[in-house]
Amino acid sequence: MSMNTQGRPTGVEAITPAGDDIESYSGHRGLRLAEPLIHELGDDTTTGVDVPDVPAFENALGGLARDGEIGAPGLSEPQTVRHYTRLSRYNYGIDMGLFPLGSCTMKHNPRLNEKMARLPGFGDIHPLQPQSTVQGAIRLVGELSHWIMTLTGMPAVAMSPKAGAHGELCGVMAIRAALEARGDARSVILVPDSAHGTNPATAAFCGYKVKSVPGKSDGRVDVDTMKAALDENVAGVMITNPNTCGLFERDIIEIADAIHANGSFFYCDGANFNAIVGKARPGDLGVDAMHLNLHKTFSTPHGGGGPGSGPVIFSQALAPFAPVPHFKEVDGSWVIDENGEETETFGRLTAFHGQMGMYVRALSYMLSHGADGLKQASEDAVLNANYILASLDDLFSASFDGPCMHEALFDDRFLKDTGVTTLDFAKAMIDEGYHPMTMYFPLVVHGAMLVEPTESESKASLDQFITSMRGLASEAIAGKTERFAGAPYFAPMKRLDETRAARKPVLRYTAPEIISEVAE
Amino acid sequence: MRYLPLSGDDRQQMLEKIGAKSVDDLFVDIPASVLNPDIDLPDHKSEMQVERYLGAMARQNIAASDGPFFLGAGAYKHHVPASVDHLIQRGEFLTAYTPYQPEIAQGSLQTVFEFQSQVAALTGMDVANASMYDGSTGCAEAVLMARRVTRRNKALIAGSVHPHYRAVTETTTQFTDDDIVGLEAIPADPNAELQAVINAVDDQTSCVVIQNPGVCGHILDLSELAETCHAHKALMVVVVTEAYSFGAVKSPGEMGADIVVGEGQSIGNGLNFGGPYVGLFATRQKYVRNMPGRLCGETVDADGNRGFVLTLSTREQHIRREKATSNICTNAGLCALAFTIHMTLMGEKGLKALAMTNHERTCKLRDALASVDGVTVLNKHFFNELAVTLPMNANDVVETLAGQGILAGVPGGRLFGASQSNLLLVAATECTTDEDIDALVSGLKGALS
Repeated sequence: MSMNTQGRPTGVEAITPAGDDIESYSGHRGLRLAEPLIHELGDDTTTGVDVPDVPAFENALGGLARDGEIGAPGLSEPQTVRHYTRLSRYNYGIDMGLFPLGSCTMKHNPRLNEKMARLPGFGDIHPLQPQSTVQGAIRLVGELSHWIMTLTGMPAVAMSPKAGAHGELCGVMAIRAALEARGDARSVILVPDSAHGTNPATAAFCGYKVKSVPGKSDGRVDVDTMKAALDENVAGVMITNPNTCGLFERDIIEIADAIHANGSFFYCDGANFNAIVGKARPGDLGVDAMHLNLHKTFSTPHGGGGPGSGPVIFSQALAPFAPVPHFKEVDGSWVIDENGEETETFGRLTAFHGQMGMYVRALSYMLSHGADGLKQASEDAVLNANYILASLDDLFSASFDGPCMHEALFDDRFLKDTGVTTLDFAKAMIDEGYHPMTMYFPLVVHGAMLVEPTESESKASLDQFITSMRGLASEAIAGKTERFAGAPYFAPMKRLDETRAARKPVLRYTAPEIISEVAE
Repeated sequence: MRYLPLSGDDRQQMLEKIGAKSVDDLFVDIPASVLNPDIDLPDHKSEMQVERYLGAMARQNIAASDGPFFLGAGAYKHHVPASVDHLIQRGEFLTAYTPYQPEIAQGSLQTVFEFQSQVAALTGMDVANASMYDGSTGCAEAVLMARRVTRRNKALIAGSVHPHYRAVTETTTQFTDDDIVGLEAIPADPNAELQAVINAVDDQTSCVVIQNPGVCGHILDLSELAETCHAHKALMVVVVTEAYSFGAVKSPGEMGADIVVGEGQSIGNGLNFGGPYVGLFATRQKYVRNMPGRLCGETVDADGNRGFVLTLSTREQHIRREKATSNICTNAGLCALAFTIHMTLMGEKGLKALAMTNHERTCKLRDALASVDGVTVLNKHFFNELAVTLPMNANDVVETLAGQGILAGVPGGRLFGASQSNLLLVAATECTTDEDIDALVSGLKGALS
């Protein structure tokens, strides 16, 4: 054994590794620090903020003062920082590694965007300030709108929708408003069976009957089936393009023409726009309305489930019905029109003006990349996905022939008779240090695995991912299933019991003494 | 192209592996007639160039912290401790997705569970969801939920509800068979306004939506309204746009609310010109399966350790598709995290103390405004917001004062239209100093003389 001068052993030769069976006294496992709920750490007398001395005064609460205990414990600042830092370490994020969650576009979130959004001139302004005091902010929304309209080749954009699904609502409402304006009562929205769940949910929200249209064997919408489904009751068709199978709808222009010939509108789900920025414009494909997910294509952070931002682009036919507010430049001044009295607006979708914080980040990203970089980013996203497809094709069962767009779809045929399910495979990927791909979606193939690497990955990162994926597939096919059955083994937690959570929902903290009182 | 790691050599090797000659071989499915359009936009910029460009745009705006500031009406200027913004920028939180893989998302899930617990406690309700986009969209969802619960379609919206919230609710339900009845706002007489709501409830009513504190700042005891609603088997939906009021004013739950929707921006989140914010949504245990949005629940893992997962997803669009309770998918995850961290820092003690500071500042503001000739304060009972009438158009006064660097409040005309053009809404928070109040008073005296 090597020694340093104080006699401290510096080698590892004499150490016999012990197993997982060592229990720690603290409940921690090295850097994996166990962390209770704030309710188990804090109390109602601790606070981590400055509590000002309030001079004696007569309150004007009219006997409505809140006297009782609220049940919201506090922690000091050091405890708070430690609590949430520890919890953060139980999370996987793009910053840690490849996050191939199909249809979600988990690309790098540039920190410049965060810095820009926090400039006081953007982050510390009130939505109802006099417009003369927020000219730069209105201009920013105007410039972002210009970038969006130019990249999509569309004449109008509604900025206010708060997320993709909210954008869908915006688009379908505009369709309904346009049809009602021409006295055309139609009752049906057609949705391909590969669609995101939000599409049928949105159509139903707007009072439409949803008719599902089966795809064809190459993973795309069938022109003839679509044409046959179009009748005088069809208000609109919602198609995702590139679609959820990771494929571009080759016949999209012919389909759009058929939709328009029928007097219907074409809603395009823009969740997968990242594949075609700078390569093709929705305006050239016959789209009437399409939402963009700024948190996918334009790099605003997903934040563990939002906030999103879902601007909707409109064709000339739908533009007059766009929701308020409208941002415009009039005689050299930037103006927010909050009432839209000179238009046929269908109304207001949110208080104030939408997701300004996301607009700043998206414009920061667009300016950074520029027209040339945005196109390169899409090309790299598609190249990365095809590289994965080509590198896994022989072992995995690709659902459809390539080339794919920015995501590659596999199904579970290659796992047939192995006893390993798509879920098991996904959980084994966690042990490899990856967030799993999207699984069991789209619904049109069995045991779907939808892999979207994005343009943010280096070749070395992709190669390592491919090595892991091939290794796992080879083991499963060879019948070596140990690593799948109980996976994940190396995650902070073992597989969680979702059935139990749903059967008897516990949705908030309740103090143990209250639980036992109720039981008695 | 600092965000793109592939080199030209990498791209070439990868194309060879794929068996493609050029990258456009991968785009063969796009009709050639529309491939590679001319895009008339500038090329890439360095980080420094982008900072300069956007920095110049930001400097064209007057920030809330630049001077005396009195705007509220659904968005409030509060001090957010530095540690909040530091923690939400940790990459593990910032760059995570919705926690679909709970084994590697316990950080998000446990904080959501804490958020739900905090919101339920603050609102005085049994359960809360993982957040909505914002308060206004939550308000519309509450009306739709009340319809599912009561199987009735007539919703009454009280005059105290923020006009934008009312507009969002009307817009969102315009193509359903919901009947939204908007009642008149009476800024000078909140009791008459409340009585009109009580009188309007009948056996066809699905819910009453009322805001407390109201958009004009009045606070009311809603217990009688709740009794009336329940006697008619209707739900009482209470909107709260100023979350600090939970620390000072009797909670909606204590007054008999069935659904509480709120805007959580005040806690943890900046003004951001109106978004992103965070919608709070809470209800009674018995209605939980009719709730929209994501829910996080407690469970155990295979080793028996406590953990958290998204649950009751059979209500949601990705399972139920057209039969879902809502089409909502994304929520306001990171804003909810900021809310939770700030709320944890305050705790009950800090929130109550700061809420009373807000109230004291507003009492001081009331006294100061009442001393100005021509200004009438309409509020008797309030939390941190006041409605005052001026002897002239409030919009003109606000513009005049903005020219002096004083952001005086929200003119009534901007929210209610011409009928309230002399109304001015003003709010004070813990950020409001005596000097700010003095500046507003002397500015008003000048503008009104």
